[in-house]
Amino acid sequence: MMLHRSKLLVLLFLLVLCWPLAAQAVQPDEMLSDPQLEARARALSRELRCMVCQNQSIDDSEAPLARDLRILVRERLRAGDSDPQVLNFLVARYGEFVLLRPPFEWHTALLWLAPLLVLLAGGFSLVLLARKRRPPAVPPALSAAEQERLAQLTGARPGSGD
Amino acid sequence: MIPEIGHFALVLALLVGIAQASVPLIGARRNDPRLMGVAESTALAQFGFVAAAFAALTACYVRSDFSVLTVFENSHSAMPLIYKFTSVWGNHEGSMLLWVLILTLFGALVAAFGRNMPESFKATVLAVQAWIAVAFYLFILLTSNPFLRLAPAPFEGRDLNPILQDLGLAVHPPMLYLGYVGLSITFSFAMAALIEGRINAAWARWVRPWTLAAWMCLTLGIAMGSYWAYYTLGWGGWWFWDPVENASLMPWLAATALLHSLVVMEKREALKVWSILLAILAFSLSLIGTFLVRSGVLTSVHAFASDPMRGVFILAILVLFIGGALALFAWRAPLLKQGGLFAPVSREGALVLNNLLLTTACATVFVGTLYPLALEALTGDKISVGAPFFNLTFAPLFIPLLVAVPFGPLLAWKRADLPGVTQRLLGAFVVALLGIAATLAIEGHPVLPALVVGLALFVMAGALIDIAERIGTFRVPLATMAARARGLPRSNWGTALAHFGLGVVLLGIVGETQWGAERIVSMKPSDRVTLRHYDFSFDGTVPRSGSNYRDLVSRFTVRRDGEVLGTMQPAKRTFLSRNSSTSQAALMARGFSQLYVSLGDVSPDGSIVVRIYHKPMVLMIWLGAVIMFAGGAFSLSDRRLRVGAPRPARSAAAMQPAE
Repeated sequence: MMLHRSKLLVLLFLLVLCWPLAAQAVQPDEMLSDPQLEARARALSRELRCMVCQNQSIDDSEAPLARDLRILVRERLRAGDSDPQVLNFLVARYGEFVLLRPPFEWHTALLWLAPLLVLLAGGFSLVLLARKRRPPAVPPALSAAEQERLAQLTGARPGSGD
Repeated sequence: MIPEIGHFALVLALLVGIAQASVPLIGARRNDPRLMGVAESTALAQFGFVAAAFAALTACYVRSDFSVLTVFENSHSAMPLIYKFTSVWGNHEGSMLLWVLILTLFGALVAAFGRNMPESFKATVLAVQAWIAVAFYLFILLTSNPFLRLAPAPFEGRDLNPILQDLGLAVHPPMLYLGYVGLSITFSFAMAALIEGRINAAWARWVRPWTLAAWMCLTLGIAMGSYWAYYTLGWGGWWFWDPVENASLMPWLAATALLHSLVVMEKREALKVWSILLAILAFSLSLIGTFLVRSGVLTSVHAFASDPMRGVFILAILVLFIGGALALFAWRAPLLKQGGLFAPVSREGALVLNNLLLTTACATVFVGTLYPLALEALTGDKISVGAPFFNLTFAPLFIPLLVAVPFGPLLAWKRADLPGVTQRLLGAFVVALLGIAATLAIEGHPVLPALVVGLALFVMAGALIDIAERIGTFRVPLATMAARARGLPRSNWGTALAHFGLGVVLLGIVGETQWGAERIVSMKPSDRVTLRHYDFSFDGTVPRSGSNYRDLVSRFTVRRDGEVLGTMQPAKRTFLSRNSSTSQAALMARGFSQLYVSLGDVSPDGSIVVRIYHKPMVLMIWLGAVIMFAGGAFSLSDRRLRVGAPRPARSAAAMQPAE
């Protein structure tokens, strides 16, 4: 119980730390002079979580850690890393928690497949229901004798067209 | 004395609630009108008592009575009066009181206006509503009492969280709660239908206006929250896929699906069981949202409370109501008779597709929001599921839905002619193609955003064609058209408006996300910056003071082609009591687009970090939501749905021939 409370306090402290009062995110002094590289850095920043914050990317967060990460991302880019290399570098350092878009692995399979599974389950049950509730199939075709009788009946009433 | 009166009123509400939760049910079983009649008066009394409690708490805030704990923690004597009012619900305890106030308000409205329902059904509905109320009264009184006193009353309060000292707090939470809690009525109707074991088209007709009203409030509440975040947070983001936002989006998606399935049920008696399930799910998602926000389980910026006891209590309420409702559903739903048959290509079929996609979207948000929690609890692995995940999974579900929207209202019931409808939508296809071509010509590659613009225009044009087809544009004389337009049921107008609004929202989203521009620079007075066609010159900084804050206002003159458009005055606001600050962004509308300037840190040499954004078509996001709200309002005013208006009363004027 004590442990739980202290954990909560830490969380609260972190919360206060990243409260977006004057959320600042990227500062001019962090930005790279090469606009293409900077654009890549921004795109990467949006994929990375500020780990001391609640659900904020490092692009949105003003926490000091987010700033460190932004600078780190830019350093890696300047060193010539590709985008996946930068992400791998950060995952190696901070774990998968840093990625806002979790990679597809066994323990995230259910997450990624959930929409498809729900859609398929829904579609499948709709088809089943429709099958079950379909009215009795087409009545058997008329026999030759019945056809004849029908022709007789309709032929016998020439005025039925109007 | 006032807090004690409020506390006492809340306890009385609980007692009345217990009576309402039991007596009418017995009455409905024995078919005793006196016992059933209890529901009506207790529902009104409950609302009266909760309103009194709420008024008492408000009085404590307005009078800055710091002997009350929540007032001490969330208010300050120097706060402007409006925030003294709004800070009543700017904290956990007060917001729960607002929750039950709205809950009992809906109960009272059903009691007062639900005259067209059978007595036993109404009694059951109100009893179920009282179960929910009793659970939440207990929650408030046992874990979150807003009327607790402090022994020596402090001299001054701790002030409201600065980020909440905004007009947004006056509108966003009440609207959102009206939506969230409004869905409790649909839940009570569903439970009553299951208890009575009877459901028909009339049920859909009773429940639809309530669902519609809740949906409207939810739509506007979410949009308001989004706009509030947009101008408050200083970088112009308007949707973050934050768990708390998801908590409001899920009931919205479910309520939207429910509105559509109720149409089928009312017209064709089909989808009965499904509608009942959706009604249960929609409110369950509201409860889950309340749990996520109130328990602090997600510890996001919205969680004022992080008391485990509260979390466990709400979880218990959650399990009790959702579990109970689903169990009742599993037991009784097989008794309900299924209704009309229809071909896959038909209005019903389109509405089923709508439900399938909306439900899947809702499930996606649900899984995405709770997966990290579940995974950590089960395996200890920590993962993050953020905006990139939701954007990637949500869009592929919504795009087919949007493509289908213009087809839906044009399809005939039972069996429809798809090629014929496609032909009627020719105009919309042309508009969409022109839009795509124009976008590509102006903005160039990539192609995808242009296609989304085309889709948005297709949805908007489709809504117009829906109306045009119904009033016979180009086929009948103008006078006949006008007469038909007047005679067209309001709900048709509502549908078209809401669908049109959806297209507008999409247009705003694609504009803001694809073609927005930003400059983040460090500026000194007399510096100039250019963004797109706009020139910003920094004139300087002046201090200004308000009742409980000090502003550092920076003035920017905005020019376009040398012509002055006006000034923008973003500010840094420092709150004296908490010594914390917020950034007050300056906004300038240019048509549907906006210029957005916010301030960052001031460095010792006097330069200041300035963020300047051009947000093309961004206002359409919220304008579209307002149009959707208006669509709901039109539909709600349809005679067929009007609450408590059982028979149509044609006015003499409507009988006059058109000129």
